[in-house]
Amino acid sequence: MSLRTPLGRVLGLGSSGGGTGHWWSQRVTAVALALLGIWFVFALLSLDLSSRADVSGWLSRPLNAVLMVILLGVAAYHSLLGTEVVVEDYTRGSARVLGRVALQFAHVVVAGVGIFAVLKLAFGG
Amino acid sequence: MAADNRPLSPHLQVYRPQITSVLSISHRISGVFMAAGLCVLVYWLTALAGGPGAYADAVGLLGSWPVQILLFAWVVAFFYHFLNGIRHLIWDTGHGFEIEQVNRSGKFVLIAAAVLAVLFWFGVRMGGGA
Repeated sequence: MSLRTPLGRVLGLGSSGGGTGHWWSQRVTAVALALLGIWFVFALLSLDLSSRADVSGWLSRPLNAVLMVILLGVAAYHSLLGTEVVVEDYTRGSARVLGRVALQFAHVVVAGVGIFAVLKLAFGG
Repeated sequence: MAADNRPLSPHLQVYRPQITSVLSISHRISGVFMAAGLCVLVYWLTALAGGPGAYADAVGLLGSWPVQILLFAWVVAFFYHFLNGIRHLIWDTGHGFEIEQVNRSGKFVLIAAAVLAVLFWFGVRMGGGA
């Protein structure tokens, strides 16, 4: 006999109330980043990084710009998921809340600035 | 127990370091380190979008030797986190949990990360040189 309520069983969110959402998102973004990481590594190896013309020409191409925008978004999300857990593990009370909000703000800003830079190049800025 | 005095994660420093625990905390440290590295990637992209002057400044800054040491550390962190992350994904499928397998995959990740980091570092071109 289970003491869990029917609603609790249907929702399947467990005692933390979060279910497997955080864990699963971390795995999905990890797989995406593994693939995007391989792409980025080979891209960096193919470029002369001291030449702005070389690098901006590469990043202005639609496929590369799209992949870089996706990489920035997914990397920021994966990073947020990971650093959130670090803050949750080592802090409590208001520090935990402030830490998580600060991380969320910082990650959105970093991703937003990076994506804007890529789009500016891609649209011929 | 008061809500603001609940126990935190286990205090790992009371245990003798083993390859399993050292690689585990290294995964976390390399991840946090790369979160900071994301800022450097974005700085590089903004310099790229900012024009030739901004990019020349960024190349100068990123090419200075203290930053080069940091960049190499980021390269090592990337390859370690990449390979150890794949190790984690394999564990998620329920495989590789025997102690010998865990030790073997851990050693493989360490060696492969070091090799890939060095190969990548010397493969990247900064105007023909290293």
